[in-house]
Amino acid sequence: MTMLANLLKGAAAAAALAISAAAPARAVDLQFYFPVAVGGGAAETIQALTDEYMQLNPDVKIDAVYAGSYQDTITKVITAARGGNAPQLSVALSVDMFTLIDEGLILPFDDFIKTEEDKAWLNSFYPAFMENSQTGGKTYGIPFQRSTPVLYWNKAAFAAAGLDPETPPATWDEMVEMGKTLTRRDANGNVTQWGVRIPTSGFPYWLFQGLTTQNDAILANADGNETNFDDPRVVEALQYLVDLSTRHEIMEPGIVEWGATPKAFFEGQAAMMWTTTGNLTNVRANAPFDFGVAMLPANKRRGAPTGGGNFYLFDGSSEEQLAEAVDFIKWITGPEQSAKWTMATGYVAPRPATWDTETMKAYAADFPYVLVARDQLDHAVAELSTYQNQRITQIFNDALAAAITGQKDAATALAEAQAQADAILAAYR
Amino acid sequence: MLTRQWVHGWLLLMPALTFIFLFTHIPAVVTVWNSFFSTARGRRPSVFVGLDNYERLINDPVFWKVLSNNLWFALGTIPTSIALAIAMALFVNRQFLGRSLVRMAYFTPTVLPLIAVANIWLFFYTPGFGLVDQILGAFDHGQTNLLGNPDTALAAIVVVSVWKEAGFFMIFYLAALQAIPPQLAEAARIEGAGGWTIFRRITFPLMMPTTLFVSINAVINSFRLVDHIFILTAGGPDNASSLLLYYIYETSFRFWDTAYGATLTVAMLALLCLLAIGQFFLFDRRVHYK
Repeated sequence: MTMLANLLKGAAAAAALAISAAAPARAVDLQFYFPVAVGGGAAETIQALTDEYMQLNPDVKIDAVYAGSYQDTITKVITAARGGNAPQLSVALSVDMFTLIDEGLILPFDDFIKTEEDKAWLNSFYPAFMENSQTGGKTYGIPFQRSTPVLYWNKAAFAAAGLDPETPPATWDEMVEMGKTLTRRDANGNVTQWGVRIPTSGFPYWLFQGLTTQNDAILANADGNETNFDDPRVVEALQYLVDLSTRHEIMEPGIVEWGATPKAFFEGQAAMMWTTTGNLTNVRANAPFDFGVAMLPANKRRGAPTGGGNFYLFDGSSEEQLAEAVDFIKWITGPEQSAKWTMATGYVAPRPATWDTETMKAYAADFPYVLVARDQLDHAVAELSTYQNQRITQIFNDALAAAITGQKDAATALAEAQAQADAILAAYR
Repeated sequence: MLTRQWVHGWLLLMPALTFIFLFTHIPAVVTVWNSFFSTARGRRPSVFVGLDNYERLINDPVFWKVLSNNLWFALGTIPTSIALAIAMALFVNRQFLGRSLVRMAYFTPTVLPLIAVANIWLFFYTPGFGLVDQILGAFDHGQTNLLGNPDTALAAIVVVSVWKEAGFFMIFYLAALQAIPPQLAEAARIEGAGGWTIFRRITFPLMMPTTLFVSINAVINSFRLVDHIFILTAGGPDNASSLLLYYIYETSFRFWDTAYGATLTVAMLALLCLLAIGQFFLFDRRVHYK
């Protein structure tokens, strides 16, 4: 009897000990949504980094939630926030900044930047990435999985077509010329290898913004309330894109699928492709041939949009949670962590400090193409971003699709899109 | 005594009524109510706008586009999937070796989630190395881009829906066929009737109640099934394959224009009510074999 009582006492004491050990004085729970938009092991890397942070900070518990594509993520975040369950932090498209501000869901980081060290951290990102992260003198986004489109080319296909495998096209005209040489047809006239592939499904505006920037046009103002869709230089850029399929016949006609693009490149269906630098590691692992990576070709100038996701801080949590969330963001954008992320995916490390780490230097020495996207940042502009961003870009996407599929000519489609965008954005001027 | 029965009756109905009000009637009324207000944005609260949203609806070319797409989608899916379901049911109603296997094969698409189905078909349709192009390639046909062409995108989606639905409807027809007494066909055969006559004069009329049930389901599905659009085309190119419900989703949860989303929903509700009333009242009289 006494033995049983002692046993029970012992068990109770052990349980009490376990409970007190599991609940330290200051436990913070954070929820963190992230999207994955590229092939490769992006989700595993985020989870691994989060786990590492929790090991270093045992009093913090971060629940990293894979939330689907960028589109799914922003929908989930806004739905959760409207239902009063906003996550503390989330990675979402940098271009959704105005939308999130308009919805009143996010907080500027400035309130959490107190020390000189913090200020230095905030100023340590590439300016091209901060363009989509700041408005009205405040910082709403911290660059994380940022990208820019680059041109990948198949060196074996270049050599087979009699082109120099080490020289990618540097201008629009060169891309057309080389594309013609690279487009191969079988005896029946059916194409077996296209010269170039610029995917146009889903969000054609992004790669198209490469063309408009190269043609020296800017699609939207910095306040996010005015677009320039009907600018003649934009029309010219769209005409160039349409001509690739219709006049020059070096690109697959119709809407070209984004998701299947790397696969088409691996299969030799296209000798050159435009896609995000976030696919770099995927291509490196899966291309069965020697490939090259180059900046997008130039026309009036070199140019490309930036893209990808920022960290946002959501309203509706305790000060303590938000401060902890900011600490986590500081840590994960730190040079070593950021280097791991860049090596796992190909996303552009958003701070010069990352590129100065020994890890990154060694990686770049072994694989110099990782530097192409970083160097292209000198020519990059902010990705198209406005108030009611999803709707405005959808209008623009529809116009591009109408022109690409030959339903409307470039000028008409863009003029209509501009009129629709004006009607919506007038409320924000 | 009467009151007591009355109370009992209501108590028995309560659980079902609660749910039907909570999840069907209240949301429907709230939706209609919301359609008379503007969407609240961070700085601007929602205000009463009367019929403004409806005026916008009438002047919205995308609305008319998705509505006509939806009608074509319904026309493309309903008769085809019903005809296919009847043909499959007649086929697997006979005795032959491996009948269970064929029945299972026909039913498999129904069991798969639509998103998975869409991903499989996305591969079939992929230009260049997808299944469709590989088969066509064997006949020296060039590349196709069925999903990337506004003339074929909707048809490509219709095919996926028919493939998905026909097996489900087949089950109902199979059950109906097995309920028809075989003596009827035997008697007709003695009278010298051929297979087609037996089907037209006996089997098909006796399956009419099933056809009514299936066609109502098919109509509902033609407005309800949009999951595959997310995967296959996202409504593109230029809304060529967008359907009404998909447009409602985009408006409400991508553009966060919930008031206009509510207006579109009201339009869809009205349309579905009309269709259901039409089917029940007009169809019902001819359904039962007399």
